[in-house]
Amino acid sequence: MARIPNEQLIKAIADKFDNQVTVIGEPYELLTVETGREQIIDLLTFLKTDPELKFIFLTDITAVHYPELEKQIGVIYHLHSLTTNTRIRIKVFLTEADVHIPTATVLWDGANWMERETYDLFGVIFDGHPDLRRILNVDDMTAFPMRKEFPLEDPNRVDKKDFYFGR
Amino acid sequence: MQNHPVYTDNDPQSELSTLNLGPTHPATHGVFQNVLQLDGERIVSGVSTIGYIHRAFEKIAEHRPFYQITPLTDRLNYCSSPINNMGWHMTVEKLLNIQTPKRVDYLRVIVMELARIADHIVCNGVLGVDTGAFTGFLYMMEHREAIYEIYEEVCGSRLTTNIGRIGGFERNFNSRAFDKLRAFLKNFPKTLKEFETLFNRNRIFVDRTRGVAAVSAETALSYSWSGPLLRAAGVDYDVRAMNPYSSYEDFEFEVPVGDTGDVYSRFLVRNEEMWQSLRIIEQALAKLDKEPGDVFHADVPEFYLPPKEEVYNNMEALIYHFKIVMGEIPTPTTEVYHSVEGANGELGFYLVNDGGRSPYRLHFRRPSFINYQMYAPMSRGMLLSDAIINMSSLNIIAGELDA
Repeated sequence: MARIPNEQLIKAIADKFDNQVTVIGEPYELLTVETGREQIIDLLTFLKTDPELKFIFLTDITAVHYPELEKQIGVIYHLHSLTTNTRIRIKVFLTEADVHIPTATVLWDGANWMERETYDLFGVIFDGHPDLRRILNVDDMTAFPMRKEFPLEDPNRVDKKDFYFGR
Repeated sequence: MQNHPVYTDNDPQSELSTLNLGPTHPATHGVFQNVLQLDGERIVSGVSTIGYIHRAFEKIAEHRPFYQITPLTDRLNYCSSPINNMGWHMTVEKLLNIQTPKRVDYLRVIVMELARIADHIVCNGVLGVDTGAFTGFLYMMEHREAIYEIYEEVCGSRLTTNIGRIGGFERNFNSRAFDKLRAFLKNFPKTLKEFETLFNRNRIFVDRTRGVAAVSAETALSYSWSGPLLRAAGVDYDVRAMNPYSSYEDFEFEVPVGDTGDVYSRFLVRNEEMWQSLRIIEQALAKLDKEPGDVFHADVPEFYLPPKEEVYNNMEALIYHFKIVMGEIPTPTTEVYHSVEGANGELGFYLVNDGGRSPYRLHFRRPSFINYQMYAPMSRGMLLSDAIINMSSLNIIAGELDA
């Protein structure tokens, strides 16, 4: 089947979700929509199960930290409809004070580690996740290292300091 | 195998033992750990622990200009670094709307397919080793060396290649590279044929692999598997065919698909992919004859680092060199997702750009990471020896697993 045009995709989503889902843009022809965490599972379920869309393949879940925005943490989903070769990107923005979002493991088993990684690096808490532990970093780490305020290097380290010329 | 009774923790007869498989076990071929509960030789449950070589590439990438991120991608799947390098270059080119000449595309295709062959050589060879047949591995390894020598001619290094630049290659392929490539195309098919004769109908190998760790297409899709693993389960998803990049649409090749998703069909799929890669390389060589021989990069001076002699002797080159290194060239504020067919599956780059010197956020969709999460659940009820060959055939590369 041919690729679903973005207009048709927007219409299909708008018919179902009215104004709960907003279109952000189409960078490089990849439709990007934003929704709230209340609708995210409904939206993902609709996209996955709709007989015409069939976004059955969860490509990726990740997050981006925008400290200067009102809602700082953006959780990004990439879905792929293998039968029509269409992709879609979904964003949900959360505040740092309340980083809860429902888990997508109810729809895809593969979301498990993607969400664990996102939790590990950004501190996004996926409610209902079966095993939300750190995955790449050590268990007793307290910070979320991919947030922008986390420094790349330990500012207190002395082994790289050049005492004659500075760095 | 599936009907064997599995004793649970509450069973009075059970005497479960715990086995730490890894982090540095020779059978894991990488630094990652599985804590297995064993009932005799049968696995009752398992927990995967990863992250032993986590190097925070995504964080480092936020502090580096685009052209300095290429060496980071080398260290993801270090068995097929050129695919990662090319994937990254193409992501940036997509961001900057750079059109590469056809000759660059074909040269890239050659390098990427060589990398795919090198990766599959290791994977299938090691699968043979783990099932008790060392010979095939040694036969095939000789040709991985031949591939590495081609890399050396193209870019000067072997494992972490850092091959190419944004916009093309850093230098043209020399004649020795093509000589070695032709020699490889002549010698390798014989060995691959021999390798297949050794294994494909070998009773011991087939008994050890057929029906082991069989995965249905639904399960594989639910776990977001991609690459040879997903194709072995019967889904014909190949990024090269579905979303062609680097002029893959100009080539004729088949996407091999298995049916049972077990270790044996993964082995067959990888072998067949090597034949298809050889086919693609031969077509690419034929196409190269029709292209101008001195083109090896796109004409984008504001993004392609000029050669050093030019920098010292030419005003414009010096200016561009300075601007590229200092990150003075404006880039669009947008986001882009680009994926290539890595040796293990869909290797994706999600790049959020704010117009600055380095990415605002860069995320790697790493196929090994996503493929590996099924390992512990699918090992339940499996014999330990089967779990080992299952791990080999998943082809988990620790660098890509941990990023």
